[in-house]
Amino acid sequence: MRMLINVPETVVADALRGLAAAYPDLNVDVENRVIVRRDAPVAGQVGLVSGGGSGHEPLHGGFVGPGMLSAACPGEVFTSPVPDQMARAAAAVDSGAGVLFVVKNYTGDVLNFDMAAELAEDEGIQVAKVLVNDDVAVTDSLYTAGRRGTGATLFVEKIAGAAAAEGQPLERVEAIGRQVNDNSRSFGVALSACTTPAKGSPTFDLPDGELELGIGIHGEPGRERRPMMTSGEIADFAVNAILEDMPPRGPVLVLVNGMGATPLLELYGFNAEVQRVLRERGVAVARTLVGNYVTSLDMAGASVTLCQADEELLRLWDAPVKTPALRWGM
Amino acid sequence: MLDADFFRRWMTTAAASVDREADRLTALDSAIGDADHGSNLQRGFRAVTAALEKEAPDTPGAVLTLAGRQLISTVGGASGPLYGTLLRRTGKALGDAAEVGGEQLAEALRAGVDGVMKLGGAAPGDKTMIDALVPAVEALGSGFAAARAAAEEGAVATTPLQARKGRASYLGERSIGHQDPGATSSALLIAALADTAEADGE
Repeated sequence: MRMLINVPETVVADALRGLAAAYPDLNVDVENRVIVRRDAPVAGQVGLVSGGGSGHEPLHGGFVGPGMLSAACPGEVFTSPVPDQMARAAAAVDSGAGVLFVVKNYTGDVLNFDMAAELAEDEGIQVAKVLVNDDVAVTDSLYTAGRRGTGATLFVEKIAGAAAAEGQPLERVEAIGRQVNDNSRSFGVALSACTTPAKGSPTFDLPDGELELGIGIHGEPGRERRPMMTSGEIADFAVNAILEDMPPRGPVLVLVNGMGATPLLELYGFNAEVQRVLRERGVAVARTLVGNYVTSLDMAGASVTLCQADEELLRLWDAPVKTPALRWGM
Repeated sequence: MLDADFFRRWMTTAAASVDREADRLTALDSAIGDADHGSNLQRGFRAVTAALEKEAPDTPGAVLTLAGRQLISTVGGASGPLYGTLLRRTGKALGDAAEVGGEQLAEALRAGVDGVMKLGGAAPGDKTMIDALVPAVEALGSGFAAARAAAEEGAVATTPLQARKGRASYLGERSIGHQDPGATSSALLIAALADTAEADGE
């Protein structure tokens, strides 16, 4: 497998150096692996801190900036960051208004963020947490680690970030983040496995002519394998899986997200199919975003995320944002 | 009696076997996880070895507490907090005695394993590191070799299980038929303990 890297061991550090060079508005601490908006802490504003394994770029580092995250903590590829990183980030962004951790629901992320919250609270920082668990492909029961956090992370970070930028208090920013998560659902498919730099070969074996339904974002196989489907058939399957879980009421935000190796040409076409299914099901669409935002290295495939948004959430979605990967209104 | 040096050698032996087995751990992890268990533990145990060399803690408890802290700060994922808690809790339970007996170690390790179960919420049979650690602790009363055999057996016995915790649980029934990488690395840690004791003639 050919990769545009030096050696696997320095992939994350190399990316951070490059991110720093491209975005002078970010303060990138390569050694300690913390990306902070340069003007942090911002007086009177809640700090938003997220993080997770690397390999999902632009998530999370590409979402740091005014109107979204205050800081992001990248771990090794597909490995949650360590508590020291989030504690350092919390200290860097806390203005006294407190810090909200946005945590994708994976055992490792939850454990490390919980340990970080304890460290930050020891330093007198008020910490709240929103857990993102939007993936309908996972059966939610007492006997699993619960649903995974995937595409809805972008909605939570953007909308809670806008609330923080307005100077809303920590309880409010947390409640809004929760509302976004509770009203969001995702479903993903893979047309190829991905290859981690450390392993150098695909994480699972997907024969030609087949696809995986119900994948996560870490190259883990999905729930089910089927013969290859058309874009329209995949859209039917994904959107129906979501709507079955969250019956539509009111207009939705749509994220059609590429997993990393699927061209935008295909993603736009897939979005047309997603919009068709929504129309057929009588679901009104308020806003749509198409692109590679919550990726899985070089995996081919896509995910769909729907978020039922009331007027308040829509207003916060439309609010100005200035980050490497999302930028409008300023 | 086991002194700080014994525990230091346990950790360096564990680091060496993680180095040796890293590819196998990663291969097991790619079947039902995300293909990084070997490299993550390798990074952690290298940091443990370096820290023990630099700080030279002088009690068994201090060796394990320092090792656990290093794992938490360098491994990430679920393995970092879980292995870190295992060693830290075990170290704390050993207190500040300069030497400890086998029985004391068994008791402390039990406290460590309890800490892991509490933190991760896993019980025996969930296809996790617990499936190697719990039998090992129970067998430790009969000696180090018995603990090694019990851990290895426990790790192998995870193969037919369906995962109910951790990333493998997302696969549902598709997790069946694969040996759990966490149980496998736990068995390595226990084997390193037995190897250290045997090298000592314990």
